This record gives sequence, structure tokens and C-alpha cells, in this order.
Amino acid sequence: MKLKTLILASATSLLLAGTAMAQTAIKIGVLNDRSGVYADLSGEGSVIAARMAVEDFDAAGKGITVEIVSADHQNKPDVASNIARQWYDQDGVDLIVDVPTSSAAFAVNEITREKNKIFMNSGAGSADLTGAQCSPNTVHWTYDTWALAHGTGSAMVAEGFTKWFFITADYAFGQALEKDTTAVVTAAGGEVLGAVRHPFPGTDFSSYLLQAQASGAQVIGLANAGGDTVNTIKQAAEFGITQAGQALAGLLIFITDIHALGLETAQGLVLTESFYWDLNDQTRAWSERFAAQNDGNKPTMVQAGVYASVLHYLKAVEATGGKETEALMAAMKSTPTSDPLFGEGMIREDGRKVHDMYLFKVKSPAESTGPWDYYTLLATIPAAEAFRPLADGGCAFIAK
Amino acid sequence: MFELLGIPPQALFGQLLLGLINGSFYALLSLGLAVIFGLLNIINFSHGAQYMMGAFVAWMLLTYTGINYWWALLIVPIVVGATGVVIERLMISRLYHLDHLYGLLLTFGLALIIQGLFRNQYGVSGLPYSIPAELSGGTNLGFMFLPNYRAWVVVASVVVCFATWFAIEKTRLGAYLRAATENPTLVGAFGINVPRMITLTYGFGVALAALAGVLAAPIYSVNPNMGADLIIVVFAVVVIGGMGSILGAILTGFGLGIVEGLTRVFYPEGSAVVIFVIMAIVLLVKPAGLFGRTP
Repeated sequence: MKLKTLILASATSLLLAGTAMAQTAIKIGVLNDRSGVYADLSGEGSVIAARMAVEDFDAAGKGITVEIVSADHQNKPDVASNIARQWYDQDGVDLIVDVPTSSAAFAVNEITREKNKIFMNSGAGSADLTGAQCSPNTVHWTYDTWALAHGTGSAMVAEGFTKWFFITADYAFGQALEKDTTAVVTAAGGEVLGAVRHPFPGTDFSSYLLQAQASGAQVIGLANAGGDTVNTIKQAAEFGITQAGQALAGLLIFITDIHALGLETAQGLVLTESFYWDLNDQTRAWSERFAAQNDGNKPTMVQAGVYASVLHYLKAVEATGGKETEALMAAMKSTPTSDPLFGEGMIREDGRKVHDMYLFKVKSPAESTGPWDYYTLLATIPAAEAFRPLADGGCAFIAK
Repeated sequence: MFELLGIPPQALFGQLLLGLINGSFYALLSLGLAVIFGLLNIINFSHGAQYMMGAFVAWMLLTYTGINYWWALLIVPIVVGATGVVIERLMISRLYHLDHLYGLLLTFGLALIIQGLFRNQYGVSGLPYSIPAELSGGTNLGFMFLPNYRAWVVVASVVVCFATWFAIEKTRLGAYLRAATENPTLVGAFGINVPRMITLTYGFGVALAALAGVLAAPIYSVNPNMGADLIIVVFAVVVIGGMGSILGAILTGFGLGIVEGLTRVFYPEGSAVVIFVIMAIVLLVKPAGLFGRTP
């Protein structure tokens, strides 16, 4: 009898000691495309990035236990909502990260708000996430369509490429990108001669390219993404579009796309990204560690964004000593962000993460020293100019 | 300058030619499907995956062994065709006595497995494959810049399609094949090894898909989903041409390529559905297809 009490007592004290050590248990859900067109730019790489953030933060040493779960949303909003609901309701997930594909991101955005959890998006492009659809529970970390359109659009016009023609993927994202870029180009004194909208996804773009060529435009803006962009660029090279003097402007291109195209085809392309592995010593060191775990593939800006956002979240957890949503969001927005990949930055009131963006030009095979050495930095777009001004977003919850 | 339907004639010629080029791929792929369906009664849903394998094996040959495009044109159909032979022997041959639906389900499942394996190994972004040096560059036709490689694709496709049609419709071997589909027992009684002939026919159909894959590798993105994107359209082509009709598959392949090309000029948003609209109309008016025999 006495022995039994003793065991019980010691077991209880052990348990208490255990909870004293691990004050906070966090569960992070990485929700993205693990098998479709965006699997290479997000996918397992984003899970690796999240895990690296937890290790680098030394969460265990700070009394925070972190569990990471992941799932494939197949780029479908309905699948994304089902998983998000299950994670929040049954699995005790506190934070969802990544979520490429804008329509899926909108779905997760809504559910997160309804359940009062936190959503840190890295993969999706639509600027509406911090505009018309903004939510006090959402942070949009890596990039958005506004930033891409402005980065590439204004830079090209400034270089004298004033006449534009768009090849646009015929769905919400492509049309938004075309609209945003058209606004930038005309505001900068350029002119849009026409556009052709192709079904998504497509295989053969030669017909659209010929129409673009016949338009007499100086720049062909590619308002599409993923495999569509890769095919368009490949076929533009084949049909001698670039050799004949027209420039291509990629409005959403990731380094994995350039890797797929090869430099022979992609050279000379101008594009905007918020991260490149070869920017400085810190990004190089981190990317090398990342590549070692990801079959030698360097990180995309989306994967880098997952790392940085998880890191910032964990800092807020440490600072507030808990996981209460309002406190965490307030802490994340009031503390400036600082990480090895995006440097110094901040999260705006509307949830927009603000940092520098970079305008890159794709190297020629002769300039490149090997795989993944793809970009030359043309210009740095300072954080203050890189993103849409707070007042223009039309975010409803912000006091006017 | 006069215009035709609001489009300058030069632009129109260019688009017609582009349509013809796309039609070459439709024709080659639907030809393989028609051969397999016409002679084996199998609806080969793994055709798209086998086309993708063709492109991937060409890439592997170049990357791992340095074997160039021209040899790939010969080797890849043999290699991928051989995998088709194995699949036919091990699996499909067990389904001949069952309904079409079983063959369809089996090959569809195989397609998903093959695509999954490639996706796992190579990711989805696609792999680069350059146009062979002999065919790079192009010719300025006045109304458009025609890449030499595209011209070669049209020529290669026409030659292969004609040769296949000739072999099946006009030669003794083709006669055996057609007879074996009508009455395998009787043809077997004449001392012809019918199962082997059927196996090789399936292998040949798969080899055609692989050949189309090699032709596509330099111009389309080599990725695990490339076949899945195309196969539905190609099935529509086969249905419009008439299931199992060799000539129908070839002519509708080229014809629909042109129709699709024109749609891209006049109403690009509709270019993805135009083939299916035509399919619906053809099925309503002539259920057996344009060149099909009414049973």
C-alpha cells in the first residue's frame, strides 16, 4: 500500500516536472502541393525548411515542443479546407504554413479566421490575401502578384521596353497578374498592345507566341505559372521570338522553373523574386544545409519563406510564453523580423510581410559556373517600394 | 492589305501550319490507340504514360549514356515497346475474355502508377532536352518563322502514319492481323501464332506512343504529367475518327489539330474545349465516328 502511494507520488511529480520543462506544445501543419505542378517549389522542401527553423531556433532547449505535420492539398480549395478543418478541430494544429495556389490559400484563410488560429502563407501569389480578403489571423510572407508585377513591370519600362503584349493563363491568378502589370506599365508611360488568354493548363503556346510576335510589342509578358511558363519560354526560343528582338518578361517564375528550362533556353529572362540562395554568406550557408537534405536541390523563395515565417512565429511563442492567438499576432506584428534569409523586415498591420525584393536576370550558360548558378542581380527593390501601400489594399479590418 | 475574317492571311497561314504540327502529335498518338483498340479491343488508357516514358527514356539515354536524339528515335520505341510487351503478357492478356471496362481500368491504374513513380523520382518541374543541332534554327517562310524541328515533326509523323496504315491495310501481315481479330480460332488453325501476334501488336502501339514522346521531348516540357494532359484530347480524337479506324485516327488527328489552331486565333479561351464540342456533335450525328463502321 505504502509502495503504491510512493510510486503514484513520484509519478505525479515526474509528470509535473515534465510539464514544467515543456511549457508550450506547438503543432505546425505544412499544407501544400506534394504531387502536382507546385510540388518542386513547395512540397517536401517546405517541410524540410520548417524542420530546420525548429532546429535553428533550438525550440526544445527553450521549453517549446514542436510537432510538424504535413499534407497534400492537390491545389484544390475543397481538399485544402477539409484538411485545415481536420487539423484545427481534431488534430490540435496551431499554425498552418505555406499553402501555394491562391484559391486554396483563400479557403484556408477563411477557416483560420473562423477557428481563430494562425495562417502564415508563403506559397500563394494573390495580393488579395492582404487586400480584399485580408484577415487578422493571416500573415502573407514571401511575395504577391502586386510585388511581382511592379518589380518586373516597372523595371522593364524603365529600360525602354514600353510596348507590351500579354500571354495570360485564363483563370483568376493569370487575369489578376495581367491587370496588375497593365496598371504598372501604363502608369510608367508604357502601352499594352494586346493580350491572349489561353486555357489552363496548356501544352502548345506557339500560336499565342506568333500572335504576340505579330502585335509588334517589345515585351511579351507571361502572366502564367509553372509548367505553362516553362513551355512558353521553351517555345519562344524555338520560334526565334527572342532572337528577333522581343524580350520575355516572366511575371511568376521560380528558380525550379529555370532549372527545368536550362540556361540555354532561359537566358536573358528578367524576373522578380524575394530570395535567391546566392545572395550573401548567410543565404549560401543555409541553402547548403537545405540542399543536403533535399536531394541537392537549392531552396525556392517559397521554401525560404516557410523557414523564416516559422522562425518568426517561434520567437513570438517564446516572447509571449503561450500560444494565445491575439497575443501571438500582436507580438509578431510589433516585433521587427530578422532572419538569415530575408534579413531585416516587418509584418504590417494587414498581415503583409515587408522586405526587399530583387530583380534578377537569368545568366547565359557561359556566365554560369554550374547547376543552380542562375541569376545576376539587376536591382534591389527596397522594402518600402516593393509592396502595395497599406492604404491601397482595401483591407476591411484596418481602422481608416 | 486585304484581310480574311479580320486576320491578315499571312497570320492565318501561320496558324494553319501550327495546327498541322500539333495535329501530327494527335495523329501519332491516336494512331497507336486505334491500332491497339482495333486489333486487341483494349482501351489503352496508359497510352499517355507510355508517351511520357518515351520522352523520359530519351532524356535518360542522353543524360546517363550520352546517346543522342537520332539513336533515341530508334532505341526508345524498342525499349518502351518491350515494356508494353511485358505488360501485355503479364496482365492485359488475362482480360481479353472480359468486358472492355476491365482493360480500361487496368491500363488506367497502370498509368497512375507509372506517373507516380516518375514523379517520385524526377519531380514535376520537368527536365531540359535540347533540339538536336542538325535541326535547330529555322526557315523564314515570309508569313512565319518555321523552326526546322517542327517541320521535321510533321514529316516524320506523316511518314510513320502512312507506313502504319499501309502495313495494316495493304500487306499480308496486316491481313493476318485483321483476320485474327475477326476470328482468332480460325486464324490459329492455319498455323499462325495468334497470341504472339497480338502481343507484338500491343508492343507496336506502345512503341508509337514512345516515338511521339521522343519527338515531343525537345519542344514540350519533359515532365511526368505531360501524357496525362494530352491523353484525354487524343481519346476524343479517336472517338471522333471512329474507334479502331486507322485511317480515321490519322485524318482526324491532323484535321482537329488545324481546327484547334484556328480556334486559338479567333477565340483562344475556347481552344481547350473545341475538340470536345466537336466530339459531342459527331457522337450525336454519327455515333460510330466519322470513319467508323456502324456495328
